[in-house]
Amino acid sequence: MLRALIGDRAVVMVAALVLAGAIGVAFANQSLPPTHELHASVFAVGLIGKYLCFALLALAIDLVWGYAGILSLGHGVFWGLGGYAMGMHLMRLIGPRGVYGHPVLPDFMVFLNWTELPWYWRGFDQAWFALLMVVLVPSVLAFVFGWLAFRSRVTGVYLSIITQALTYATMLAFFRNDMGFGGNNGLTDFRELFGFSLRDDGTRVGLMLASAVAVVLGLILCRLIVASRFGKVLIAVRDAESRVRFLGYRPEAYKLAALVVSAALAGIAGALYVPQVGIINPSEFAPTFSIEAVIWVAVGGRGTLAGAVLGAVLVNALKSWFTTAMPDLWLFALGGLFILVTLLMPKGVLGLVSALPTAFSRRGVIAERPA
Amino acid sequence: MTEAAVLPSGALADPPQAPTLLYLDGITVTFDGFRALDSLSLILAPGELRAVIGPNGAGKTTMMDVITGKTRPDAGRALFRDEHDLTRLDEAAIAELGIGRKFQKPTVFETQTVWDNVLLALAGDRRARRAFRFGETAEERERIEQVLTTVRLLEHRHRLAGGLSHGQKQWLEIAMLLAQDPELLLVDEPVAGMTDAETEQTAELLVAINRDHSVIVVEHDMHFVRALGCKVTCLHEGRVLAEGSIDRVSNDPRVIEVYLGR
Ligand SMILES: Nc1ncnc2c1ncn2[C@@H]1O[C@H](COP(=O)(O)OP(=O)(O)OP(=O)(O)O)[C@@H](O)[C@H]1O
Ligand SMILES: [Mg+2]
Repeated sequence: MLRALIGDRAVVMVAALVLAGAIGVAFANQSLPPTHELHASVFAVGLIGKYLCFALLALAIDLVWGYAGILSLGHGVFWGLGGYAMGMHLMRLIGPRGVYGHPVLPDFMVFLNWTELPWYWRGFDQAWFALLMVVLVPSVLAFVFGWLAFRSRVTGVYLSIITQALTYATMLAFFRNDMGFGGNNGLTDFRELFGFSLRDDGTRVGLMLASAVAVVLGLILCRLIVASRFGKVLIAVRDAESRVRFLGYRPEAYKLAALVVSAALAGIAGALYVPQVGIINPSEFAPTFSIEAVIWVAVGGRGTLAGAVLGAVLVNALKSWFTTAMPDLWLFALGGLFILVTLLMPKGVLGLVSALPTAFSRRGVIAERPA
Repeated sequence: MTEAAVLPSGALADPPQAPTLLYLDGITVTFDGFRALDSLSLILAPGELRAVIGPNGAGKTTMMDVITGKTRPDAGRALFRDEHDLTRLDEAAIAELGIGRKFQKPTVFETQTVWDNVLLALAGDRRARRAFRFGETAEERERIEQVLTTVRLLEHRHRLAGGLSHGQKQWLEIAMLLAQDPELLLVDEPVAGMTDAETEQTAELLVAINRDHSVIVVEHDMHFVRALGCKVTCLHEGRVLAEGSIDRVSNDPRVIEVYLGR
């Protein structure tokens, strides 16, 4: 198992990079004085934390797209539901400190003249319950969706379109005020989490570090999955699904398990994201967001795990730069990047980075052939 | 067929008299009105080796598609071991019953190693929840080595299957069949793309496999079919045109007319 874990050098290196980078930034914020030239601002800490959440989402997408051939264009639905579960917990923690000062009801419910907490908001004041829901709600949705789709052998473009419709429909539903999730304003004005004020720098650093740990644990989990017998079957399903059936496997069971794990990871990523940005609203379910997330994976290198993490961080760093320097051009740049990668770098940035060592080992492959 | 004749497991109450391994009973398959199989019937005895020949489009591959659950026939039934109607089962269930298949176009898992291809085919628990395992047991390793030695691919075990030559992929698929160890092997055109020497080796291998497996081989190469030394069935337009020893079938004027004479 350990051998399988460290068998992928890129994964080990990216995991180390994520940990070292996060600890470095935390140190630069907490221990270096603001006058020091290497001091990291709270803004920078928040930015890195956000990138890491995106990286975990990308990892989740790579597990199903890169290894099971399921091109989900709707992973935002799992991410968003995880985010809302966390957002509901944060709302409940505001307690009587809201603008209207109601002891239980969040502000937007008072504003809607509601007098009672809807049943599905119960329990979210408890951290354990909220954290459970962060994982459970996306997983259950993925299970039901996957069970229906895979059983009727929906694959390829059709499956992608349905995932897109799923996240779009969810977005429309969450826009409605009477759903009880704050409508288009979403949930915001959070104050604290686990007893720590979200306005403290220390809390921000802690959340960023937690995101880094989540990415590393996600890498470990995904690496173990793809290196196991399960992963080999999954890759076989990706490459030749019907062939796998004739060997006696049921591909739908394997795809379903992978999708559920992936949805759980996406949910956790969304839940880590919400306290760091201070808001969750239906735009997280927007189809364009889910498509962007797929592009991160394509840019980093599909089916490599490490590439997904790299791609998410790189593309989003680029996006941050673009949106301050030339905001109007970002979508064109993203589209151009995607076309460039698809045409010139089928294995993404990671393929480019690892091209050097393979150029050397290619000689070995030839030598292995019989004369 | 009435519902009353069917037992809960999909088993049938009225099997034919003599013990048969496979009994195709009036199988008809139509594609947009075209009859690829036209009320085809065929009986395979347990332990038998059977060669199936016939011109292009005769329905040989379609017959295998029906047996393995890839294609549902419009009419007829396919009884396996006198009790299971294969036309009511899906691909995985049929594979589990003990029917393995090599495809006409070699289909291996290209991005995985030769070793892993055989590992995936290896008989064993196929359930997803049992698959979170690493490496292979000593028994499994021994079995994979044995199978790869048989098809002379052991030295290529670390190579990706996609990098193999056409002939080597054919061998790898045969290795996967051996690893799967099914009771009945369906082998579709195994020697296409092989040299004469390789063709001969394949014939020997199939005869050897037949010692403890039943086999149906589809092949156009008549030298190869002769080397198998078994009963031959000639299909034409979805029906059995002739059946018997290789000499009888190859001297049948109708077979010569539609197939061999061209
Ligand atoms: N999925 C399909 N849709 C439509 N027609 C099909 C399909 N599969 C097979 N056919 C047709 O059915 C007929 C029988 O095809 P089949 O592949 O069984 O022939 P075959 O005997 O294996 O021929 P060959 O020797 O060329 O492999 C052919 O005319 C073929 O075009
Ligand atoms: Mg054919």
